[in-house]
Amino acid sequence: MDCYTANWNPLGEEAFYRKFELYTMEWGLREDLRDCLVAAAPYGGPIALLKNNARKEKSPSARPLLEIYSASGLLLASIPWKSGQLVQLGWTASEDLLCIQEDGTVLIYNLFCEFKRHFSMGNEVLQNHVLEAKVFHTEYGTGVAILTGAHRFSLTTNIDDLKLRRMPEVPGLQKPPSCWAVLTQDRVTIVLLAVGQDLYLLDNTSCSVVTPPGMSPSAGAYLQMAVSFNYRCLALFTDTGYIWMGLATLKDKLCEFNSTIRSAPKQMVWCTRPRSRQRAVVLAWDRQLMVAGNSTECIRFVLDEDSYLVPEPDGVRILSRTSHEFLHEIPEASQEIFKIASMAPGALLLEAQKEYEKESQKADEYLREIKDQKLLPEAVSQCIEAAGYEHEPETQKSLLRAASFGKCFIDKFPPESFVRMCQDLRVLNSIRDYQIGIPLTFTQYKRLTIEVLLDRLVLRRLYPLAIRICEYLRLPEIQGVSRILAHWACYKVQQKDKSDEEVAYAINQKLGDTPGISYSEIAARAYDCGRTELAIKLLEYEPRSGEQVPLLLKMKRSKLALSKAIESGDTDLVYTVVLHLKNELNRGTFFMTLQNQPVALSLYRQFCKHQERETLKDLYNQDDNHQELGNFHVHSSYSEKRIEGRVGALQNAVDEYYKAKNEFAAKATEDQIKLLRLQRHLQEDFDKPYLDLSLHNTVSTLIQDGHHKKAEQLYREFKIPDKRYWWLKISALATRGDWEEMEKFSKSKKSPIGYLPFVEIAVKHHNRYEAKKYAPRVTPEQRVKAFILVGDLEQAADAAIEHKNEAEMNLVLSKCSASTDSAVMEKLNRARAQLLKK
Amino acid sequence: MAAHLSSGRVNLTALREAGRRELREFLDKCAGSKAIVWDEYLTGPFGLIAQYSLLKEHEVEKMFTLKPGRLPQADVRNIIFFVRPRLELMDIITDNVRREDRGRSPQRDFHILFVPRRSLLCEQWLKEQGVLGSFIHREQYSLDLIPFDGDLLSMESESAFKECYLENDQTSLYHAAKGLMTLQALYGTIPQIFGKGDCARHVANMMIRMKREFPGSQNSIFPVFDTLLLLDRNVDLLTPLATQLTYEGLIDEIYGIQNTYVKLPPEKFAPKKQGEGGKDLPTEPKKLQLNSAEELYAEIRDKNFNAVGSVLSKKAKIISAAFEERHHAKTVGEIKQFVSQLPHMQAARSSLANHTSIAELIKDITTVSCYCIGFYSFPTASEDFFDNLTVEQEFMSGIDTDKVNNYIEDCIAQKHSLIKILRLVCLQSVCNNGLKQKVLDHYKREILQTYGYEHILTLNNLEKAGLLKLQTGGRNNYPTIRKTLRLWMDDVNEQNPNDISYVYSGYAPLSVRLAQLLARPGWRSIEEVLKMLPGPHFEERQQLPTGLQKKRQHGENRVTLVFFLGGVTYAEIAALRFLSQMEDGGTEYVIATTKLINGTTWIKSLMEKLEPAPF
Repeated sequence: MDCYTANWNPLGEEAFYRKFELYTMEWGLREDLRDCLVAAAPYGGPIALLKNNARKEKSPSARPLLEIYSASGLLLASIPWKSGQLVQLGWTASEDLLCIQEDGTVLIYNLFCEFKRHFSMGNEVLQNHVLEAKVFHTEYGTGVAILTGAHRFSLTTNIDDLKLRRMPEVPGLQKPPSCWAVLTQDRVTIVLLAVGQDLYLLDNTSCSVVTPPGMSPSAGAYLQMAVSFNYRCLALFTDTGYIWMGLATLKDKLCEFNSTIRSAPKQMVWCTRPRSRQRAVVLAWDRQLMVAGNSTECIRFVLDEDSYLVPEPDGVRILSRTSHEFLHEIPEASQEIFKIASMAPGALLLEAQKEYEKESQKADEYLREIKDQKLLPEAVSQCIEAAGYEHEPETQKSLLRAASFGKCFIDKFPPESFVRMCQDLRVLNSIRDYQIGIPLTFTQYKRLTIEVLLDRLVLRRLYPLAIRICEYLRLPEIQGVSRILAHWACYKVQQKDKSDEEVAYAINQKLGDTPGISYSEIAARAYDCGRTELAIKLLEYEPRSGEQVPLLLKMKRSKLALSKAIESGDTDLVYTVVLHLKNELNRGTFFMTLQNQPVALSLYRQFCKHQERETLKDLYNQDDNHQELGNFHVHSSYSEKRIEGRVGALQNAVDEYYKAKNEFAAKATEDQIKLLRLQRHLQEDFDKPYLDLSLHNTVSTLIQDGHHKKAEQLYREFKIPDKRYWWLKISALATRGDWEEMEKFSKSKKSPIGYLPFVEIAVKHHNRYEAKKYAPRVTPEQRVKAFILVGDLEQAADAAIEHKNEAEMNLVLSKCSASTDSAVMEKLNRARAQLLKK
Repeated sequence: MAAHLSSGRVNLTALREAGRRELREFLDKCAGSKAIVWDEYLTGPFGLIAQYSLLKEHEVEKMFTLKPGRLPQADVRNIIFFVRPRLELMDIITDNVRREDRGRSPQRDFHILFVPRRSLLCEQWLKEQGVLGSFIHREQYSLDLIPFDGDLLSMESESAFKECYLENDQTSLYHAAKGLMTLQALYGTIPQIFGKGDCARHVANMMIRMKREFPGSQNSIFPVFDTLLLLDRNVDLLTPLATQLTYEGLIDEIYGIQNTYVKLPPEKFAPKKQGEGGKDLPTEPKKLQLNSAEELYAEIRDKNFNAVGSVLSKKAKIISAAFEERHHAKTVGEIKQFVSQLPHMQAARSSLANHTSIAELIKDITTVSCYCIGFYSFPTASEDFFDNLTVEQEFMSGIDTDKVNNYIEDCIAQKHSLIKILRLVCLQSVCNNGLKQKVLDHYKREILQTYGYEHILTLNNLEKAGLLKLQTGGRNNYPTIRKTLRLWMDDVNEQNPNDISYVYSGYAPLSVRLAQLLARPGWRSIEEVLKMLPGPHFEERQQLPTGLQKKRQHGENRVTLVFFLGGVTYAEIAALRFLSQMEDGGTEYVIATTKLINGTTWIKSLMEKLEPAPF
């Protein structure tokens, strides 16, 4: 480990920079990078190359080739470029490739070179062509800025919500600016451009000249500019080799450096680390790489090959034909531990652990030295932190081993940070593997978050790895495994070479009943790909009918949708499908469909009952449901305004009831018609409303009005049972007060209801005199009750005594009052006593 | 305020709280002052969840009843429609919205709250009318099971029975299943489900299906209910037809209890002040809330009415004795203690006064005490009540159910209320497993001639529902059912009951007997009878994670939720409460239903309302 700091290069007093190889590139590139359009996505993202772009001749064999590689140089996909001349490539935040054409059309591909969509940067760009273009990222999303042939700028800050903005004109601009950059400040996107020795700032409305503070007057013309990853810093390179570094607001200068190289660098990018005070830019010329910062010295590297710089939030990646390197400032924790002759606690702990492994007692000495200063917790934390910054698993391990060793000597050191780091490093090491090729640093990983990393693995279709990471980190299923499986399934349905059965089976095998899986979403994707049958098969696995039905309707599988809706029990869903079917099918087919689905049919009947009664009739007709048809006609007869209408409807009902073999209903309805006709005559004859009275009330009214003959006629015609007729007649007569007629009636023949009702009804009408007439005719069993009713206690008592019935005697007694009925009471008491004696 | 909900074995306050929370969340979505336009049917049930004060706290300033025409003037930012998802209501809303003055400023925002469920159908309807876009928030309020008391939940879905059994519309069953899912989310998965009847089967199927729809949401609540028993109302059509004879049952039979409130004739509640001599008798009906929050009511509600009097007089003695105490209070401390008890004593006294009045009102109707009032008297209400009851009991005990009954004939001849007649005829039909053609036709003819031919549709409905039917196959299996399930008990003890039959003074409600036999010894013992009753009987188990499986303490009672699909009567509830309180019962019951019913409201819901157009 003595040579550990061999690749550390000091810059100034405090900072060290190191460059190390991430991958040996696997891509076997024959062309020089300078002959290709190159775009590499940040956060260890993929690399897009467009070969042969410069050649103008359009022989098919020499068509440009668009290739996409992983960061380790493995080919992900390639296509021959058949569209227009490309000016610029760039990646969106969600790792889609933007291909900006000369005519201002931007085509979007995914990282497997599959075309997604395109948009245009507007007419002005189309007319004047794209001279240069830049892709930038803001809080709104991914933006595109265009410099047109007319030296005007057009930009959009979010390609997913396209709003084109044309920037104001720069006065007197005759040639293209020597360099330009997009800045964002306070959520406003602005363009900074350099023309000779002048700097211009374009915002939405105006163009202003700006001068960076502390800029040497003799610095010369601007050749190159660079904005830092976080848009906070700006670097300017002039033709005297002078580099100005300051804030992007142009309000402060941070430092300057004179490179003495007068030619413009091919690329200049910032190389900083979050939370570091060090500022440095990396410049690349053909054969030289320079790191310049707040120091009179700089670091120089020789470039063997043509190289391409990719800025990252915590360093710079350097791509070449053969290798892929990372250049960054050494973080503080690593410096503390590895700096030569460091006495920092972490450094001592690392030594102690090494000695311990050698079984040397020096381990104890080192340990004691840390403990004496009470810095052991700090030492452990330092080792844990530093492990995160190391790329080599061996170094990570030795640091973690030291941390674990130190932990043993601390009471209750919280284990989370250690465990977390071990987990994170395992994840990082697995995705850094060249087969995966995502060289994320720890810092980048934390900024990106695990969710986004999982998304990126899903985008690369690395489903098994993503799932294993979820399982390893024990992420909740809905956020983790389920989501990934769903993505996998959505991808799977696009595999055209497999049969529907195979795909559906494979998906169900993998997904099963995993919580949070929406089969309907997968099915929707299958339908979008034109695989309706597959979509239907997948929907079979969807447990939520609410989700199945709308998609089935969309796919025009209404009948299937109907049975699914019925299965769910959700009647609202059934209604929805039924009304959909009603609009979609012709009436006959619609009815036939309902015929096979009784639940739907009943619901539709309900709907018709409230909304379209006539349809109800058609439905019953189709079923030959004569009983319901009869009911239907009866029901509608009541909304008829004219009596002929009513009778007509009822006649229909009669016919239907007969067809239904419901003799009773038919006869009853015939009676109803007969009654209606009769009532009309009565109404005319007696000028009194009779219509819609019940038969009972009709007869009763007739008697009350003295039309006894008519009443008699109805009684016979409608075969009113005797008992009821008698009840009816006596109450009507009593109401009329026709006691004479009542008496006559009572003698006409033997009453089928006995004579107690006569007594009761007379008493009810407060006619005790009449009541008394009937009391003696009441059957012996009821006679006591009758006499009490008419108030003849004496007779009541006699009757009770005659019956030898104690209960009756008591009843009579309870009616007696001591003052007036003493004789009766005495008689009763005597009789009762006698009865009890026996 | 909601103490009565938490008094039972299962704390139902949680359910009400969940309901209130959902309501508040919705109200807060519509920022600013609001007016609520009510589907009138919803106000009663809503009152059990939230009082006006809660609405007021959330800036509800006005309330209107939903009706066609222009909406009333109200200076509010939001108009919210609280409605059931029914097309006829959507038409009214459409009319309201169309007539809204577009020129008025500030504009009022419209919202819809569907109760209990949002409906695609209704939204489609509104869309076709071109007003759907007028509504900013369209949400649902899943008010399925409303807590009525500590052991009672109801959906208050009036037409549930009619829809399920006449119209084959199982919407209310879907809501019931949803309600049970909500209940399970709050009180844990119910491990055992039993059921009898087609609707019960359907609900159980939907529950199992709904559970599968959300496999991720593994319920981690310790189950409160051990068993769910789903019962179709049409398994026991008999019970609701009989007159309930418990105190609460009789109040409902005579005055009707709605959403725990009853309206009573005011005369008996006149303030007893001397000297004023009944000068100003109140004319407004007396409105009382009846639930177990009232100590006395909780004690007597489920007693047979004949046992209520003695309790009331005992209470009266205790209370007057308590008031007498003041004469013995000598020291300041004693007086202080007496005074501190005063509010409770006064509440008890007014509660006693109320129930004494109610009992008197009922007594006037039910008891054959005085045959005549003075000499000039005629058959009284009480006599009729008694005769009616006698006939009911004859039918239920199987006497003369196969021929035309004289009393029913006489009642028709005297034009007693149609519903009473229908109850009796249906009761006879059910107790005879259908009537002979001749008997049935005779009754039907008598009814049509006396009450009008329009009732032919009502009779048809009753036949469709199985309440009225033709005896087919010539076999009457009711006696077998009655004997096996011991539905008729001759030696009923009304004062100190030892069997559920006390609630009908002899008849033990079939539905409750099924629940009782399920708990002990199990339905296997009555397989034969179960097969005679309509619909399948079944058992389902819902898997619980091992951690949630119950380890029963010795002597701890099981909790069973009995869900009556199609309605339940207060007498049945009383019978189940009686079983809960039995010392060696081992099971406590919580009751849920689609609607609290009695024979009258039930028959009414099945009647076809035909109004002739005036000629």
